[in-house]
Amino acid sequence: MGNDLVVPAIVAVTLVTVAIGFYGLRLARTTSDFLVASRVVSPTWNAAAIGGEYLSAASFLGVAGLILKYGVDVLWYPVGFAAGYLALLLFVAAPLRRSGAFTLPDFCELRLGSRRLRTLATVFVIFIGWLYLVPQLQGAGLTLATLAGSPYPVGALVVAAVVTANVALGGMRAVTFVQAFQYWLKLTALAVPAIFLALQWQSDGRPAVTPPDGATFRTATTVVVEQQAVLTLADGQTLEVRPGDELSFAEGEPVPEVSGVANGATDWLLPSDAGSDDRGLFGTYSLILATFLGTMGLPHVLVRFYTNPDGAAARRTTLVVLALVGVFYLLPTIYGVLGRIYTPQLLITGQTDAVVVLLPEAALGAGTTGRLLAALVAAGAFAAFLSTSSGLLTSVAGVISTDVLGRGSVRGFRLATVIAGVVPTVLALNVSGLDVSQVVGLAFAVAASSFCPLLVLGIWWRGLTDAGAAAGILVGGGAAVTSVLITVLGPAMTGWPATLIAQPAAWTVPLAFTVMIAVSLATRRRAPADIGRTMLRLHAPDALRS
Amino acid sequence: MGGNISAVIGVFSLVSVLAGALFAVGRLRGRRGIATPGQRATYEVLHTAGLAAEPLRAGLNPAGAAKAARHLRTLVGAEGLALTDTDDLLALDGRGAHHRDQLRTAARRVIASERSTVLGEAELTCDRIDCPVRGAVVAPLGGASGRITGALVAVTDGAPAPGLVQATLETAHWAGSQLALAELDSSRERLARAEVRALRAQISPHFIYNALTAIGSFVRTDPERARELILEFAEFTRYSFRAHGEFTTLAEELRSIDRYLTIERARFGDRLQVRLQIAPEVLPVTLPFLCLQPLVENAVRHGLSRKPGTGMVSIEARDAGAECHITVEDDGVGMDPATLTAGIAELAGSTGDPGDDPGQHVGLSNVDERLRSVFGDGFGLVVETGVGSGTKVSMRVPKFHPGVRAGS
Repeated sequence: MGNDLVVPAIVAVTLVTVAIGFYGLRLARTTSDFLVASRVVSPTWNAAAIGGEYLSAASFLGVAGLILKYGVDVLWYPVGFAAGYLALLLFVAAPLRRSGAFTLPDFCELRLGSRRLRTLATVFVIFIGWLYLVPQLQGAGLTLATLAGSPYPVGALVVAAVVTANVALGGMRAVTFVQAFQYWLKLTALAVPAIFLALQWQSDGRPAVTPPDGATFRTATTVVVEQQAVLTLADGQTLEVRPGDELSFAEGEPVPEVSGVANGATDWLLPSDAGSDDRGLFGTYSLILATFLGTMGLPHVLVRFYTNPDGAAARRTTLVVLALVGVFYLLPTIYGVLGRIYTPQLLITGQTDAVVVLLPEAALGAGTTGRLLAALVAAGAFAAFLSTSSGLLTSVAGVISTDVLGRGSVRGFRLATVIAGVVPTVLALNVSGLDVSQVVGLAFAVAASSFCPLLVLGIWWRGLTDAGAAAGILVGGGAAVTSVLITVLGPAMTGWPATLIAQPAAWTVPLAFTVMIAVSLATRRRAPADIGRTMLRLHAPDALRS
Repeated sequence: MGGNISAVIGVFSLVSVLAGALFAVGRLRGRRGIATPGQRATYEVLHTAGLAAEPLRAGLNPAGAAKAARHLRTLVGAEGLALTDTDDLLALDGRGAHHRDQLRTAARRVIASERSTVLGEAELTCDRIDCPVRGAVVAPLGGASGRITGALVAVTDGAPAPGLVQATLETAHWAGSQLALAELDSSRERLARAEVRALRAQISPHFIYNALTAIGSFVRTDPERARELILEFAEFTRYSFRAHGEFTTLAEELRSIDRYLTIERARFGDRLQVRLQIAPEVLPVTLPFLCLQPLVENAVRHGLSRKPGTGMVSIEARDAGAECHITVEDDGVGMDPATLTAGIAELAGSTGDPGDDPGQHVGLSNVDERLRSVFGDGFGLVVETGVGSGTKVSMRVPKFHPGVRAGS
């Protein structure tokens, strides 16, 4: 397990990130040339920065882990994470930029003129931010535990402390170039090892991902089980394992089937059988809705659009983001597939989220190349935790300091940062059992059932009233939040209730839209008087405005 | 069974007929006389209120408060009535003069807690045997935007009755709204004044004169440069004389400052050094039209005048979460902070006697006033200066503020 290059790589990434955050502006912009100084951020840079902030631990580690575990069904995760920007591009990007709103609560105040609605939106921004922060810290704990052998809480605490201190002391103030750099770092950290892995796979004689007679261990492996499961051995025997059990397998021995994951070729390669049971289908639709519509409700993504000079630039930026994010999501899929061949033991331990960081050494051996690539991947993973957490923490601390603590001073912002950092840290230490991507999926579900209807109706329908918006957010978002809380804290469930709670978007999003429209129609008199002017501001082309 | 139902219907119809008759009688009576007791009461209350409103509309001052207190006392129906501002008792009408101190402390408490209170005999002890004062009701006076500007105290002979408490609260509420209107009037005046000053501050005649002279000196030696400078000057005046729009973006403002500095550099040559640190993220921030340029003009004037050698002007705009922090700094001779404060206070008064450097104060206080009126009192200019140590002017601009929009 011990890779002596991992810790230096992680430390280097952290130091570089912190240093650029503090000194980057000074280095990049000491000039007396006004033409350079007043040049706005180009859509390409801005898009890379959005990508840098958006591609989180869930994308970097979680997607590959899910694909390793469940196969083709979960391809909707990367597809949805990328396609969310399509919905953002079509419905939200340009009008939101033209509105001049910086955060979602700002938009509420601007469109519906209600302070109470602003407060409600603030509560949801904070909840979504925290929910999204938890898996980042979880991923950090997992990565350090896997690569450096430290206990799980260490990684989570380290990242939480670094990010909180950095944001509180004024580094990482959404510096576009730092975030853009993070995107390219993450892409490199996945792409370069992926090329080596593909070559290795080629030279190994292209072993089948799903051999007809089941997967086998390529090397002698000792597995320490970390999650309770039932194994079905090759000879048909079943074996119940508990966390802490150690199993040894010889080279060439077939991999036992593990309960709760996709095992056989058909199970893994084909979509789950929709005919026998609608639950899988419902879950898939839920996932698609949540990821497609949830992206527009993520607080740290929306604030980035403010950097664009006008609506047209916002739209171009979104288009570039779509391309950049789309390219990135090809890579975790490759890791998930190759993980099936080189690291089947992860299915038994249950730590599938670690596949990205373990794969280079597993496939290329513990030689210098393998260790270097593993260190690179680990550095990329840490870049993912740091950039996403910083962006989220800045957003959450911003709304806490302005909307909860009152007009923000520097001290208020610091206090808010500490509050915003402590809560998800405590949560992350207690929910290590959940899949990273699933928690992120829940954050998307909450965003899709609260802010998506608000933004879409607020921008495209004159009839929305503050009462309607508040009711929709409370009912739809509230239902999603309840589902999340039950999933994270409540008892395990089975059957339809479990599906409805685990993937709530397919019923909470339509619910939120329906309530919002119905209550708005019932309270038609409360529609803001200056709606015509607001709509003109949102939709008139930029050229007409000056 | 059938009898029962018909009895119920009978009773019901009887009751509804009775109710209808009562209603009709009430309506008819309401229409008949010109001066019913109710109407008379309404007239009296409104008349007294009108009398009290007039002095209140001038704001809370001792003279106005003394006039208003008399009418307010009639309105509340108390034995004594006092008005206070946030720290002192302004006027007292009727009884309770020797309880002044107790009433003042009570009023301060009420203003601090923003909640009305009732004083009983225990809190109003005094050593005069014939003192009739037994209780008082203290209610806060709310000004514009919910800020508490003072308190109203009703003094009574008996224990304060619920009726008195209610009357006092309502009267305090009404008086508070009159004060808010007064504040509104004064802020409208301030706004008008700021606008006038903004027009005056937009472009300094000295600058036009100096710019044209500098350009003139190039016409023979370097016609190409002179041509460029004239174009820059034209663009600069076009922006500064722009008639529409109260707001602009930081990018636009910086572009205009660039033109200004180009012209100034033609005049000063290498004596003028400029250093810039602009975070590109904050370029789209919306801010009041021409609120940065006067600061740069000041810095240039300050950084170079009365000082040999080169002068450095640095402009910095940083991204700070939901805000943008802008500073303009020069390494000139600086000034005594006391002079600056005095200058601003004097100008805020009325005429503004042109001292040795009048544009300085006009520019700063004008920008300060406009920033405050747009974003709120927390967003004024911060000036750090001292004799011989340069000047640094900083401002905070929120990235979003309802009602602020570029190009409107």
